[in-house]
Amino acid sequence: MNNTPTSAAPKIRLKDMTKSFGPKSVLTGVSLDISPGESVVVIGGSGTGKSVMLKCILGIMEPDAGVVEVDGEKVIGLSPVKRDAVNAKFGMLFQGGALFDSLPVWENVAFGLMARNRRMSRDEARTHAVESLAKVGLTPDVADLAPSELSGGMQKRVGLARAIASKPDIIFFDEPTTGLDPIMADVINDLIITCVRDLKITALSITHDMHSARKIGDRIAMLHEGKLIWIGPAADVDKTDNPFVQQFVHGRAEGPIKMQVRR
Amino acid sequence: MNLLALIGGVVLAFLAHVGRLTIFAGTALSHCVRPPFFPRLILRQMVDIGFYSLPVVGLTAIFSGMVLALQSYTGFSRFSAESAIADVVVVSLTRELGPVLAGLMVAGRIGASMAAEIGTMRVTEQIDALTTLSTNPFKYLIVPRLIAGLLMLPLLVLTADIIGVAGGFVVSVYKLGFNPTTYINNTYDFMKAFDVVSGLIKAAAFGFVIALMGCYNGYHSKGGAQGVGAATTNAVVSASIIILVVNYVLTEFFFGT
Ligand SMILES: Nc1ncnc2c1ncn2[C@@H]1O[C@H](COP(=O)(O)OP(=O)(O)OP(=O)(O)O)[C@@H](O)[C@H]1O
Ligand SMILES: [Mg+2]
Repeated sequence: MNNTPTSAAPKIRLKDMTKSFGPKSVLTGVSLDISPGESVVVIGGSGTGKSVMLKCILGIMEPDAGVVEVDGEKVIGLSPVKRDAVNAKFGMLFQGGALFDSLPVWENVAFGLMARNRRMSRDEARTHAVESLAKVGLTPDVADLAPSELSGGMQKRVGLARAIASKPDIIFFDEPTTGLDPIMADVINDLIITCVRDLKITALSITHDMHSARKIGDRIAMLHEGKLIWIGPAADVDKTDNPFVQQFVHGRAEGPIKMQVRR
Repeated sequence: MNLLALIGGVVLAFLAHVGRLTIFAGTALSHCVRPPFFPRLILRQMVDIGFYSLPVVGLTAIFSGMVLALQSYTGFSRFSAESAIADVVVVSLTRELGPVLAGLMVAGRIGASMAAEIGTMRVTEQIDALTTLSTNPFKYLIVPRLIAGLLMLPLLVLTADIIGVAGGFVVSVYKLGFNPTTYINNTYDFMKAFDVVSGLIKAAAFGFVIALMGCYNGYHSKGGAQGVGAATTNAVVSASIIILVVNYVLTEFFFGT
């Protein structure tokens, strides 16, 4: 895919975003520009704050300092009505799925559609939901099940279907392929690539899966100790001499990144 | 010195809590009057609170009415005050026992389930998911419950009043051998519209308190299953206590001199 960052105004701009919980600093200055139609993948160790970074962009958490811009508009501290308008551009796959367990699968998938267009009939919404489910490899008979009746990987795919159902401008994927078998993981990778390439959606994904990261990312960024310590084209991730990236990519226990475990 | 710090800390924490609760209630009320509305959800909550609480509230009411009749008979029989029993039963039920007992029973049933449901949605990020899907959690989760609580508790209490009086009637007539017609006439004579209405107003207040405490504790729960458990307990305990306090305040307001 195209590796050169375009010169157009960024779809999302993060500047020196910080976030701490009590005495614990999680993000200490995250800066990142994402161009329209670009797919950026964030990698990084468990607990480094990748999910927190997404939540700060989505407005679920408020950053302590820094700037978050969406389409050139500063979105921190917006009034709820304006914030809703910004959120309407977003689709989000939560790491844990976050499906509504009181609703059947199809209503979960069509939730955003029905919320944004309250005149849409339930039949029409259902048709859209079944289409989205098909894209993630789920058959129509899943539509009437409750989320609790699905396996973990199926729940993840329903979450994906929900994120893409309302055809958002920008999609956030928090570990889209975790918990899927290798074949289904690759189907999901292809789906994300379709979203970005054909539907011109901007994507920000989090993953631990380097195969997936190389495949879906135009650029890869690595989060370590609260900062993005390396950002580069996906192809360079194997060539860089950055020791942190090397250690992560090759999955070595020895290296500059110290895991907090006792031997 | 340390004791003072401790007391100060507790007082501050309490005030912070009250402040958060007030802001929460204010936000919820402001969303009650602004569209979009979710009539299907309001209806579902009304069925859940109103209809499915009927057995619990009905049983509580009928046994309260029966025991009232029995107890006042031991007290009044010496003066052969047949009419006094009808009086005691209908006045204490409509003024106090109907609303308070129904309120406490519903607090256990509904307050707990609201806190558990919303709390689970909080810790599994479903509430976060709502906002990303352009749906305000206050409008979607909290407003329907507050409205349903406010509307359904008075209906439940009205039913409880009727069932409770019927319980008193059954004991008076079949156990104590009173004349049924006289008992019913006495009940009509002593029943005052104001007593019933004050009871229903209390009920509306209790319904609001139950839903508010259930939603508030669930909404602010954190930390997995344990947090949800704590939220559930807090919802029931705090709602029950507030119901008793509000009951006193309203009684003072309606009947105090
Ligand atoms: N609501 C919260 N309150 C307090 N601390 C939090 C909260 N959310 C996250 N954290 C802390 O922030 C840090 C980063 O969490 P985050 O979920 O972003 O990790 P992550 O990078 O997504 O990890 P993983 O790859 O395992 O999902 C963690 O140390 C966590 O303890
Ligand atoms: Mg995470």
